[in-house]
Amino acid sequence: MGMTAIEKILARAAVDRDAVRPGDLVVVRVDTAVLYDNNFTPGLWRDVLKVHDPDRVVVVMDHRVPSMDINSATGWKTARAFVEKFGIERHHLFGENQGISHVVVAENGYALPGTVLVCGDSHTCSAGAFNCAARGTGYPDMVYAVTKGETWFRVGETVRYEFTGAMPANVSTKDVFLFLADHYGEHAGMNVEFGGPGIASLSIDARRTLTTMGAELSAEFATFEPDEAMLDYVRARNDAPFEAQYPDADADYADIRTVDLAAMEPLVALPDAVLNNAKPAGAVTGVRLDQCFVGSCANGTIEDIATVAQVLKGRKVAKGTRFLVTPGTQRIYLEAVKAGYVETILEAGAVFTPATCGACSGAHMGVLGPDEACITASTRNFKGRMGDNSAKIYMGSPATVAASAVAGEISDPTPFLG
Amino acid sequence: MKIEGRVWKFGDNINTDLILPGRAMYFSAEDQAKCVFEANRPGWLDGIAPGDIVIGGENFGTGSSRPAARSLKTIGIAGMAAGSINGLFFRNCVNWGFPALECAGVFDAFDEGDIAGIDLAAGTVENLTTGVTLTGRPVPEVLLKTMAAGGVFPLLQSEGLIAPAG
Repeated sequence: MGMTAIEKILARAAVDRDAVRPGDLVVVRVDTAVLYDNNFTPGLWRDVLKVHDPDRVVVVMDHRVPSMDINSATGWKTARAFVEKFGIERHHLFGENQGISHVVVAENGYALPGTVLVCGDSHTCSAGAFNCAARGTGYPDMVYAVTKGETWFRVGETVRYEFTGAMPANVSTKDVFLFLADHYGEHAGMNVEFGGPGIASLSIDARRTLTTMGAELSAEFATFEPDEAMLDYVRARNDAPFEAQYPDADADYADIRTVDLAAMEPLVALPDAVLNNAKPAGAVTGVRLDQCFVGSCANGTIEDIATVAQVLKGRKVAKGTRFLVTPGTQRIYLEAVKAGYVETILEAGAVFTPATCGACSGAHMGVLGPDEACITASTRNFKGRMGDNSAKIYMGSPATVAASAVAGEISDPTPFLG
Repeated sequence: MKIEGRVWKFGDNINTDLILPGRAMYFSAEDQAKCVFEANRPGWLDGIAPGDIVIGGENFGTGSSRPAARSLKTIGIAGMAAGSINGLFFRNCVNWGFPALECAGVFDAFDEGDIAGIDLAAGTVENLTTGVTLTGRPVPEVLLKTMAAGGVFPLLQSEGLIAPAG
C-alpha cells in the first residue's frame, strides 16, 4: 500500500525509517520551530542554554499584543533577550512584520511544502494549507524541539475529504468547516487530508481557514494535497528549495468522503461546542447580540476583512451591539487601510484592532461579560473561551457575523451580500 | 507504570478550557489548578483527594496547547484514562509527566466512586470494584519513560540544555 500525503511528509523527515504506517511512533527532524509570546510567560519559561539551530527558529508575539499588563510586558522582554542571545533572525515582535503566528508563517512562506513545523499553539495545523506537517505541541515539546532539533509523532490513520464543485457566494470555508464538524464530529487521533477537483476554486486564505480549524476537529494533522496555486504562493515568499509531497495513488485511507462545495450553506454553531452542534444561519432566530467578532488565525485574512466591508458598506452596526474586527497581521491591517476596508468598517461603527489573538483568546481586547451573547468568526466557542463562563458564544463565517452585527441578532448573510 | 485510585467520571469532548480556563491562563501553576472544572462542575475540587483518577469519554482534552495536564497533576490526580484522547493533550500528558491512557469502552466500565487500576505499559484498565478489565492502547516505552520521569524538563536539564527552574 502507498502512503497518504502526511505519511509521506513524516517518512521523509523521519530520522530512522523510509516509510511510516498508522500506529508508528516516529522521531522526525524539525524544519521550523515557532515560539510565541505565551511561551515566554514568567513562571512558565525555562531559560534555554543551547539552541540546536537558530536558523530553524521563528519568534512571534501574538496573544497579548500590545502588552496588556506587566506580566506580558515581562515576557516580551524575555523574548527579545532570547532573540538577541541566539541571533534569531526571523523574529516578529512588534510593528510592521508582527501578527498572529500562523498568519505570519503563511505571509512569509515559512511553512515549506513537505517539511515539518511545530509551534506551541494548537492552531499550528493552519500551515497544513501548504502541504506542511504542521501541528500544535505543548510548551515542553517546543523547548525539546528548539534545543534538540527533533520531535516525535504518533502516526494516525488519515481521512481524505475529496472536494467537488465550488462554494456559492454566500458561503465560506468557515461554513465548510462547520459542516464537517457538525456532520462528521471529532477526528481524535486521525489526520485529515483535503484534495479533489474542488480545491482549485479555493484561495490560499480560504484553505488556511479550513486547516486552522482542523484543531477543532481534534485532528492530528490537516493537510492539503499540493497544487500549483499553493506552490506559487510559497515560491513568491520564500526562495528556499522544497519537495511537496503528493499522496500515493494507492494510499491507504481510513475513509474517503466526498463533499460537494456547491451544496454548502451558511451555518452557525450553537454555544459551547462546534462538534455536532450547528444549524443553518437562518434557523437561529431571536438571539440578540452584545458582541460580534471577526478575527484570529482562522478569520483575520484580507479576504475576511473585505467580506466584512462588503456587508457593512452603507450600513450601520446595530445599536447596543459591539462589533470588533482584528486583522491577522499588521501587513494585512495596512492592506485593509489602503483598500478602504478599514474606513468602511469604522464608518459603520465597528472597532478595528491591531493584530493579536485578542478577543478570540479571551485574554484582552473584547472580553465578554456575564450572560452576554456573542457571535464570532474565530477559532473556538468553548464555554468561557472569550470571557465569563455564562457568556453564550455562537460561531459563524465573517459574512454571517457582519450581517448579524448590522441586524443586532443572528442572521443569514445572503440578503446582505447582494 | 501502574496507578490505582478512586474514579471521577467526565463525558465526551472535555476541553482544555474547562480544565484550565482562559481567565487563569497567566496565573501561577498553583493558582491555575484552583480553577479546574469550575465552569462545568463547580465545587468538584472540594471533594477530591490525592491519588484519585479521572475517567473520560471520547476526545478528552480537545482544544488548546495550554498546560491543562499540569493542572490535573497539580491538584493531585494520579492519572487518567479515556475512550480517546486529543493528540495535543496527550503530548502534554507525556511532557508534563501526567499518566494518561486511551482505552475504548472505559467510560461505560465505571461508576463514579469505583476503584480503577491502570497499567500504562500493558495498556490495561481494571475496575477493581467490579472485576472487569479492558485493554486499550499501551503507551510506547520511550514516552512512558518521559511520563514517569515527571516530563521532559528533567531530561533537558540533565543534558545542560535548559537552566534549573526559577
